[in-house]
Amino acid sequence: MPFKRFVETGRVVYVVDGPYKGKICSIVDCIDQKTVLVDGPESGVPRSKMRIAQIHLTKFKINFPYNGSTRTVRQAWIKADLNKLWIQSRWAEKAANREKRASLGDFERFKLKRARKVRNKIRTNVYKALFNKTYCPKKKTVKTAKA
Amino acid sequence: MVSSKVAAAKPDSSKKLRPSKVKSLAKYEAKKKARAAGTLKKKPKQNLLSGTATWKVVYKSGTWRFVHRPTENKLKAKAKAEGKPTNETRKFKKSIVVKPIKGEKNGETREVHTVKRKAYYPTLKTPKKHRARGLFKNHKRNIRPTLTPGTIVILLTGVHKGKRAVLLKTLDTGLLLITGPFILNAIPMRRVHQGHVIATKTKLDISSVKIPEEIDDKYFKRTLLKKKPKKNESKSLFVQKPKTYRPTEKRKSDQKLVDAQVLDVIKKHKDKKSFFLYLSSMFGLRNNQYPHRMQF
Repeated sequence: MPFKRFVETGRVVYVVDGPYKGKICSIVDCIDQKTVLVDGPESGVPRSKMRIAQIHLTKFKINFPYNGSTRTVRQAWIKADLNKLWIQSRWAEKAANREKRASLGDFERFKLKRARKVRNKIRTNVYKALFNKTYCPKKKTVKTAKA
Repeated sequence: MVSSKVAAAKPDSSKKLRPSKVKSLAKYEAKKKARAAGTLKKKPKQNLLSGTATWKVVYKSGTWRFVHRPTENKLKAKAKAEGKPTNETRKFKKSIVVKPIKGEKNGETREVHTVKRKAYYPTLKTPKKHRARGLFKNHKRNIRPTLTPGTIVILLTGVHKGKRAVLLKTLDTGLLLITGPFILNAIPMRRVHQGHVIATKTKLDISSVKIPEEIDDKYFKRTLLKKKPKKNESKSLFVQKPKTYRPTEKRKSDQKLVDAQVLDVIKKHKDKKSFFLYLSSMFGLRNNQYPHRMQF
């Protein structure tokens, strides 16, 4: 399978390390094998060089000429409605959830644990009921857990 | 080595003794003879106020003088009444002596301290004074700002480690006063050091809780379980059970009083049911949970 995402002008990347961790920006130019010039006028990332190791390539790409100024990048960004596209993506959703989970306090973590327990019990009960119905309708049934 | 040891044990007669030593030895021998013959005269005890007492007696040593302060005053008064001069002035050693220094460019003289001072360096005129540490009760207490009354804390050490408790207040010694409440997790009111505790974000508004005033550091002072057996008491034949700690009735009643108020506060919490379960459950770490990366 050929590669589909490349380090190229206009490629939107997700920053995974450094002070702008968790934000997206767009590649403007390749400086060398390891570093690129990035700009994120609509996401709070200033135009700067960034190591490729600290960014992940996303499926999004915006169109602006190679070495375009911040103004051109912003125009292309708004035209593509990138902020909205990013928020709607599964990646952004997962990232937000991860952040939310990391910021939970002790009591909230405890409540989450309890909620998951309740949900899992309901789920197994439904599953077991279905299992009994389809595979052993008249025989002994698999016991269901107490909800 | 051996010869010197022998010499120490038996004084060598051929060796020359110091004249003072000879004198004292002769005195000792004379006294010994007199005691044997029964002709030893006992020295009359000096009555300090009899008039024969001298100032020398009173000023025998620093402590002597201190002990006889009332006597000293009486003597002074007596001397004053009789118009005699009181031998009060004592000679003090000079703390600094000016010594001549030989050599051309050495400034001729130098001030030398007769008593070597602490932290002394010849170039220092006045040695630096070290600040006294002060009493423990006057020490400054630094309590983490997250540890406010009503905070839920996770205990990390001791018999109750892993349990969650309510912080009631901080005491004068800098220790934290906490309670389970006792019905929920069997933690009584007790003191913990702040270093043995994790403060959580979760807080209860316990401003309405009134803690009895007598609950302070003294209240938690330990009492001895074993008392030394009295001399007259005979030991019992049976093996006695070792005494264990039993809380007093006062402590039990105080516990109930405070806990009832804290429980009332929890009942008003919007997540009341979860909160009760939360306090009665233990803290633990699961896979991929690292305390230094977690929020509490």
